[in-house]
Amino acid sequence: MKILRGAPNHEVLDLDYWLTASALERFIREELYGRGYQKAVVAVSGGVDSAVTLALAARALGPENVHALSLPHRDSSPESSAHARLVTGRFGVELETVEITPMVEGYAEQTPNITPRRKGNVMARARMIVVFDKSEQYHALPLGTGNKTERLFGYFTWHADDSPPVNPLGDLYKTQVWGLAEYLKVPDEIVHKAPTADLEPGQTDEADLGVRYRRADVILEHYLKGYPDDYIVGLGYSPEEVALVKRRVNRTHYKRHLPAVALVSSTAIGEFYLRPLDFRTED
Amino acid sequence: MVRHALLQLKPQKGLIGRNLEHLQQALEKLKDENVDVAVVPEAYPTGYFLQGGVRELALEAAELEDRLGGWHTDNYQKPLDLIIGFYERDGGSYYNTAAYFELGGRGLIHRHRKIFLPTYGVFDEERFLDRGHELTSFETRFGRAAMLICEDFWHTITATLAALQGAEIIYVPSASPARGFGGPAPANVERWETLARAVSGEHGLYVALASLVGSEAGKLMSGGSLIAGPEGEVLARAPEFEEAVLLADVDLERIPPVRYDNPMLADLKAGLPLIFPELRKVVEEL
Repeated sequence: MKILRGAPNHEVLDLDYWLTASALERFIREELYGRGYQKAVVAVSGGVDSAVTLALAARALGPENVHALSLPHRDSSPESSAHARLVTGRFGVELETVEITPMVEGYAEQTPNITPRRKGNVMARARMIVVFDKSEQYHALPLGTGNKTERLFGYFTWHADDSPPVNPLGDLYKTQVWGLAEYLKVPDEIVHKAPTADLEPGQTDEADLGVRYRRADVILEHYLKGYPDDYIVGLGYSPEEVALVKRRVNRTHYKRHLPAVALVSSTAIGEFYLRPLDFRTED
Repeated sequence: MVRHALLQLKPQKGLIGRNLEHLQQALEKLKDENVDVAVVPEAYPTGYFLQGGVRELALEAAELEDRLGGWHTDNYQKPLDLIIGFYERDGGSYYNTAAYFELGGRGLIHRHRKIFLPTYGVFDEERFLDRGHELTSFETRFGRAAMLICEDFWHTITATLAALQGAEIIYVPSASPARGFGGPAPANVERWETLARAVSGEHGLYVALASLVGSEAGKLMSGGSLIAGPEGEVLARAPEFEEAVLLADVDLERIPPVRYDNPMLADLKAGLPLIFPELRKVVEEL
């Protein structure tokens, strides 16, 4: 007699990458066209998130309608710029380089005790100054490149990486971005290198976070869906990992919201007065 | 044969005039197709996600009838039945409504106000809308029909009730954000097809699902409109995400022989009195 076993029944992160890519391409087109834009600006760091965003944008809009920006600082790893060139070459998008060193150092010179961490945040915000200015110059909308894992961890510079108005990857875990990158044929050296914000020399995401992305993503998915800790531990994760992931999520909710506003009326925006961001009337 | 056109259209948020014009242009393109019945998705005139903007954009049924009826008189020689989902204002109340208009004939012949208002996850309908409280089938010039809106249809008991009331076709305007990207089609699209096939096959009737498309601030309305026949077969299916018109001929004369071979509805009528006391007990204990 045959003994047949059912498939595991826990939450899985597997995606159909053809479906995901085609939906995200459509999302980019419709969100841009609906706002009166035909073109996009993407800051390309040399990492996998911006590489995937660039690939999707090129497929959605045509490479000629995508402005890729490399925004190095003198302390940035040379590999980052090389990988930015590699990925734009792969997807046929022209790359414009704007050095942010003078912007950042102009501020840093006036701030003698600035720490590497603070300077890293200034770099990220300087990059957004350039991105939004280039957006106006080219009448092209900035695309965000942040993924769901870093958004949940608050692992980004506030009012910098999270600023662009349209973000195709914001609901994909890092694990899923890697899968999509392979489907889109992002160069292997970009997909397989250790993820880094490259804001400080030698920095890597997973060392900063204290947990591997592939493990964190499974924990996150179960935590977000309301599974208790014991269930997650039963899947092979340590109580310490689960606690770390939950702590990072719950210390950073403010980074995923608009600022707290003192409520004094029954028409407070976003509390009583609720309209979706695409709402409009004919008047 | 009753020629149906399911219009899987993409509205622009809030632009009612433009959206009705877009609908009219789509219908004008179908002039030579001898369409008898056209089905338009849920909340088409405004787009689906409005939050409190429902109060600004809801239409009275008579107002919508005037706008559609005027266009029909100018452009169509014969009557056209039109099922359309829209946000309805009725005094101080707001509903998610499907209207059945016999344009060039009796006008508004039936309206169904959505009963099951999804208020979970990405949905927040009950915060902004009132529930409908009635589900009745009705006579059209072709046969007996019922309308269910989106989540109404996800509770198969509603379709069962419509079938018991004699419905031969159930029209389902819907707006369904794509979610669940683990397979070749979004999980919600697969769920819709499973439901439509199960309901049509169980009761021996037709199901016509017209599903909205377009990105509403990142929520991609999935489309995947379809029409299912009385043996649970899909007669026509629209693609996901993009605008399309689905044409299908509904042959109501197929229903009696199909029901004879597979008398589930008759069996239900025979067995319902046996389980009804239990059903009533469940309801009374709610």
